[in-house]
Amino acid sequence: MIQVPIIKETALTLMDKAAIDIPDDYLTGLQKAADTEEGDLSSFVLNAMLENYQAAKEDRRAMCADTGVPRWYVKMGNEAQISGGPVALEEALRGATAEATTGVPLRPNRVHPLWRTDHNNNVGLNAPEIEYSFEPDADWIDITTVHKGGLFGSDYRMLFPGDGIEGIKRFFLDCLVAFGKRGLACQPAIIGVGLGGSKDITMVLGKQAACLRTVGDRNPDPKVAELEMELKELGNSIGMGAMGFVGKSMVIDCHIECGFTHTGGMPMSVHAFCLSSRRAVARIHRDGRVEYRTDPNWFTPYMRRETIGWQSTTASLKQSV
Amino acid sequence: MAIDHGKLKTVSLTVPVTTEDLKDIEIGTIVYLNGVVYTAREGIYKKVLEGGEQLPAHLAEISNANFHCSPAASQNADGTFNIGAMTGTASFRFSKWLEKWFKVSGAKIIIGKGGMTSEDYKKYFVPNGAIYLTTVGYGTGALLGRGIKSIKDVHWYDELGVAQAMWMVNVENFGPFIADSDLAGNSLFERENEKVKAGIDKLYEGTRAPALRRYGETNDRGDEVI
Ligand code: SF4
Repeated sequence: MIQVPIIKETALTLMDKAAIDIPDDYLTGLQKAADTEEGDLSSFVLNAMLENYQAAKEDRRAMCADTGVPRWYVKMGNEAQISGGPVALEEALRGATAEATTGVPLRPNRVHPLWRTDHNNNVGLNAPEIEYSFEPDADWIDITTVHKGGLFGSDYRMLFPGDGIEGIKRFFLDCLVAFGKRGLACQPAIIGVGLGGSKDITMVLGKQAACLRTVGDRNPDPKVAELEMELKELGNSIGMGAMGFVGKSMVIDCHIECGFTHTGGMPMSVHAFCLSSRRAVARIHRDGRVEYRTDPNWFTPYMRRETIGWQSTTASLKQSV
Repeated sequence: MAIDHGKLKTVSLTVPVTTEDLKDIEIGTIVYLNGVVYTAREGIYKKVLEGGEQLPAHLAEISNANFHCSPAASQNADGTFNIGAMTGTASFRFSKWLEKWFKVSGAKIIIGKGGMTSEDYKKYFVPNGAIYLTTVGYGTGALLGRGIKSIKDVHWYDELGVAQAMWMVNVENFGPFIADSDLAGNSLFERENEKVKAGIDKLYEGTRAPALRRYGETNDRGDEVI
């Protein structure tokens, strides 16, 4: 049985880590971009960012004062049990969000869309979002927090099969150029692309592709993986860099996730996970042990399953013995 | 500051500034600030320009640098404040208030994210001898947080909250910022847009417009979304 106080404490630590420590995979990617960037203004921006991550770490202060809109991803092992159940889990995550807002401190970004009511703690109606996934043959829970910027850099479009890969590339360019000018999307970014699904799922897949996969990770479908590399290159050949200045660093990596969609359509979403690509992950084991990491490992084979059932690995192991 | 500035011109200014101080700033100059800087965005603009409330007395003598931003800050039990980081927010949305704002505030420097259009610069900034500085990146919140030495004052905190209150902060070596405009009203972003435009047109050559159009959509690659 996983105890709720441990979940709360872990969630608080995660909020702190996400806001302050840039994940290594993104940092390495940005360093590479800084090494090869030739535009003088773009280079200056990348160097300033590298210095900024260092300052954040040394002083334990938020890397960007727009601390984004903190949200949670929970992956529950099929055998995991939580004292108090999912209701207690959600209360712990909401509580940790509020406490970390004053503790780190974060900016209380969340307000009512019409009345602009601010609870000063990043908690409110439908906030923070908590998304769930499950994992067979596991008794742990993985908790990930992502603090994504909230204003620019994502878009959706209904494309059709006839638009083809060319149509995908064109919409990809549209988004990068539109939000890249003046650097509204705070590039270079990890670009997530959602392809297929229904409109809501198209958006969810694209966002998860941007926020929950690490730099260097490739989609297991070799053709999709190839398209990821192609789009990355395309983005970096626009001639634009950080802040929209002349340069060549727009995309640190590109991730695509697909979902089965209406036979007549090919909906697509694009999401930019900005210069403050903030994510932190912890696995809480049944015995209360906690392990921290920065790779959410969200898209497991189970998550990407294509057929009705799922063959349990332990069951198949048992069978094979 | 350990950032590699390359060949970029770098200037340090003390706020309040005079228009004379801004003469040497070219678009693309790297700027650091010392003195006092205050935050003001839609919350303050509405209060003062639409609600008729009074600004703190002698504001322009204390500071004439208006930062479009909100800090990541919290209040301690003893009522004092703790500022961690500071990051600009996109300025283009505030253009409709600027004409009046320059008049009542006496601002000479506007700081924010992403600049404004050169049209705005020529209409509102040039007549007031003011320039626009953009934050860098834009995520350099920790570096800017480091440049804040203390909080001088907070106005309208109870009514407007952390994000919209007017924070007056004492700063030292506060930056880096990049000058987007100069006293003539030129824009660095627009110059850069112009430079990348040829490449963008080339990338789009041969691609086809999607089957389903969007109402009001244009195919002018020189367009901006602000
Ligand atoms: S997009 Fe990201 S880096 Fe840019 S201001 Fe927002 S949170 Fe900060």
